[in-house]
Amino acid sequence: MSKIHVTTTINGDPVEYLCDAEDTLLDVLRDHLGLTGSKEGCGTGDCGACSVTVDGRLVCACLMLGAEAAGHEIGTIEGMAKGDQLHPLQQKFIEHAALQCGICTPGILVAAKSLLDHNPDPSEEETRYWLAGNLCRCTGYDKIIRAVLDAAKDMREAS
Amino acid sequence: MQYLSPTTVDDAVRLLSSQTGDCKVLAGGTDLLVRMRSGFAEPDSILDIKRIDELRRIAHDDGGWRVGAAVSGAEMGEHADLVADWPGVVEAVNLIGSTQIQGRATMAGNLCNASPAADSVPAMIAAGAVARIAGPDGIRDIAVTDVPTGPGKTCLKPGEFITSIWLPSRPDRSGDAYLRFIPRTEMDIAVVGCAVALTLDAGGTCTAARVSLGAVAPTAILVDAAADTLIGTTVDDTALDALARACSDAAKPIADKRGTVEFRVHVAGVLAKRAAIIAKTRAGGAP
Ligand SMILES: Cc1cc2nc3c(=O)[nH]c(=O)nc-3n(C[C@H](O)[C@H](O)[C@H](O)COP(=O)(O)OP(=O)(O)OC[C@H]3O[C@@H](n4cnc5c(N)ncnc54)[C@H](O)[C@@H]3O)c2cc1C
Ligand code: FES
Ligand code: FES
Repeated sequence: MSKIHVTTTINGDPVEYLCDAEDTLLDVLRDHLGLTGSKEGCGTGDCGACSVTVDGRLVCACLMLGAEAAGHEIGTIEGMAKGDQLHPLQQKFIEHAALQCGICTPGILVAAKSLLDHNPDPSEEETRYWLAGNLCRCTGYDKIIRAVLDAAKDMREAS
Repeated sequence: MQYLSPTTVDDAVRLLSSQTGDCKVLAGGTDLLVRMRSGFAEPDSILDIKRIDELRRIAHDDGGWRVGAAVSGAEMGEHADLVADWPGVVEAVNLIGSTQIQGRATMAGNLCNASPAADSVPAMIAAGAVARIAGPDGIRDIAVTDVPTGPGKTCLKPGEFITSIWLPSRPDRSGDAYLRFIPRTEMDIAVVGCAVALTLDAGGTCTAARVSLGAVAPTAILVDAAADTLIGTTVDDTALDALARACSDAAKPIADKRGTVEFRVHVAGVLAKRAAIIAKTRAGGAP
């Protein structure tokens, strides 16, 4: 079977790749493009470790085919920091110790950024519901929620 | 495996009918890719319907709303006019999975996956929704109630797929609601689901109602006997008790790890009552 040629945009850069029809976007990111920030926790949409944005919409990269990305704008964790300058969410995750093993962290950061893009002033409840599809086995979630709300506050004050 | 991404309904029908092997329609992929991953589905080709423009639209049609088969749950939730007319349908769709799942999952995919516990199906049935199906013989419209024929089975014939779901025009003083019981608050499969859609007259008497239950039979069911308990009443406590009994009587669930038969039968009645109260309030009825 011949490979599918895909032209897309990832973190603002034009990207081309060849993939098989059954390759998920997560396979393409991790195995073809070396963008290993997105993690595979489950491969079935349950854990959110593979969270990316497609045209600004939060999705699981494990539940999308690489071929589907053609012509769309993909956003991954690799696009979050600007060079050495961490995104405020990343900075707050460090300050609040909102990660331990770190497997869930890229997905949660991408999901939290998507929340703040939609709603710069979320309540704690809104934040918990928005992140309900991101599982963390280590932190117990409270520190994550505090870090997100604190980052949101700083970002509102800065803007 | 082959990946097909037609840009018109005609091309999609032609491709779908000309495939020799197993060809699966791909909408949001939140069921299909999970099934492929776990080895339950091994299609020879996948036909992605998301590049067909007309399937991506939510549009006014014949007094109601036509929701394209490629519209995601998140897009439905952001459509204020659709939410105003059919809050119960949209809340049912928005209960599907997480934010990430909402970014992809479609109402038509929920219907075609044909799980007895699919959340949006009872809400569509209560709303009187109609599925538009394209196929080699042209277009046909069929009530959503008649689409699922058993767990994982639909009435779609080879080469056919759903292009849109139509929600009827909402009469004045009408409201709908969907509730499900799950052991958690998010990310779980309905143990029982119930949708109620009703219309009141100026005096607050119910003139029309439709009640549907999910996860208590091989497919979601329309319960006429339950609707009859509401029509002609002001949806008062007596009517609500009768509604609960009618729903419990209609529930024919299985027992599994998520709920016993007795529990599901009881909860069907409880949810029906609560959904009816919300629907009545949304219709502008006195609480
Ligand atoms: C983590 C997670 C949580 C979930 N939670 C819920 C939940 O709470 N409630 C719930 O009801 N479901 C839930 N689901 C199941 C799933 O998300 C829904 O059923 C969803 O609506 C499926 O829509 P889709 O567009 O992704 O379908 P797809 O996966 O694209 O398709 C599903 C099936 O329908 C067929 N199909 C799709 N569109 C059409 C069409 N237009 N015409 C003909 N056939 C078609 C496909 O070939 C496939 O067999 C969950 C899934 C995951 C992964
Ligand atoms: S790896 Fe995609 S949701 Fe778990
Ligand atoms: S930090 Fe280990 S899973 Fe979240």
